[in-house]
Amino acid sequence: MTEEDIHVAIDRDVDVVSAREKGRELASRQGFSGTDLTLIATAISEVARNIVVYAGHGELVIGPARKGNRCGITILARDQGPGIPDIDKAMQDGFSTGKSLGLGLPGARRMMDEFEIESAVGAGTTITMRKWVR
Amino acid sequence: MPVPILKQGSILIACIQPGLSDHQLLLLKDKLSGEVERSRAEGVVIDVSAIDVMDSFATRTLRSISQTTRLRGARTVVVGIQPDVAFAMIQLGLTMEDVSTALDLEEAVAMLTAGRVTRRGRD
Ligand SMILES: Nc1ncnc2c1ncn2[C@@H]1O[C@H](COP(=O)(O)OP(=O)(O)OP(=O)(O)O)[C@@H](O)[C@H]1O
Ligand SMILES: [Mg+2]
Repeated sequence: MTEEDIHVAIDRDVDVVSAREKGRELASRQGFSGTDLTLIATAISEVARNIVVYAGHGELVIGPARKGNRCGITILARDQGPGIPDIDKAMQDGFSTGKSLGLGLPGARRMMDEFEIESAVGAGTTITMRKWVR
Repeated sequence: MPVPILKQGSILIACIQPGLSDHQLLLLKDKLSGEVERSRAEGVVIDVSAIDVMDSFATRTLRSISQTTRLRGARTVVVGIQPDVAFAMIQLGLTMEDVSTALDLEEAVAMLTAGRVTRRGRD
């Protein structure tokens, strides 16, 4: 990631809103438009809210992505929360330990082009998502 | 930035502004159920046309508003989901389930008024 990266501390619900607004702005500067901007903002909203709900505190790092002459956006969401014991389960539609819909993680993966999740119980969770301008 | 609730006849109308936090959305839910009770409203219209992100939490809250107001005898119609937002909701796997939706305010009011006629017929 580069000096263009935007760091957003995620501690409470209003931070979820500012993270997705900042992400949308940066995505727009990278050349994304219309539907893609909405998909990116929604994916950011889901991973940021998971930090507030399940980890309490964490951070989003949003920055431009480059591959050859392709432009995109990278979103890193990390926390030192409780971690996820079974990632495969957490990535399934409808799995929730929070009595919610269980769509945030699998939905974010569908909305982005690349999605990686690393998590260790007691150590925290890191999600890296990327989307490329079409 | 609380959400203003307008009253038109027996219908309550709430316009959700962009950038609403989870907490503010929950406040709207409480305020609406209180207003339905107080004003004996028969219908609730929630205008989301200014909303650029409808995520899992927002959808769940709107569904819950609809269920709560139904228990109090009023129906809820969600109005103005933008095409991009609808597309993102589908990608997420979100549905409005049993929440009625309409394209614009007039359609929503017409739906609720039609409902009132049927209900009066049963009285
Ligand atoms: N950052 C995190 N730290 C710890 N656990 C997490 C984190 N993010 C997700 N999880 C776990 O993964 C599960 C699935 O997450 P996901 O976002 O898909 O669903 P949800 O948050 O339960 O519901 P929804 O997002 O639909 O409101 C959560 O219920 C939670 O147990
Ligand atoms: Mg979630």
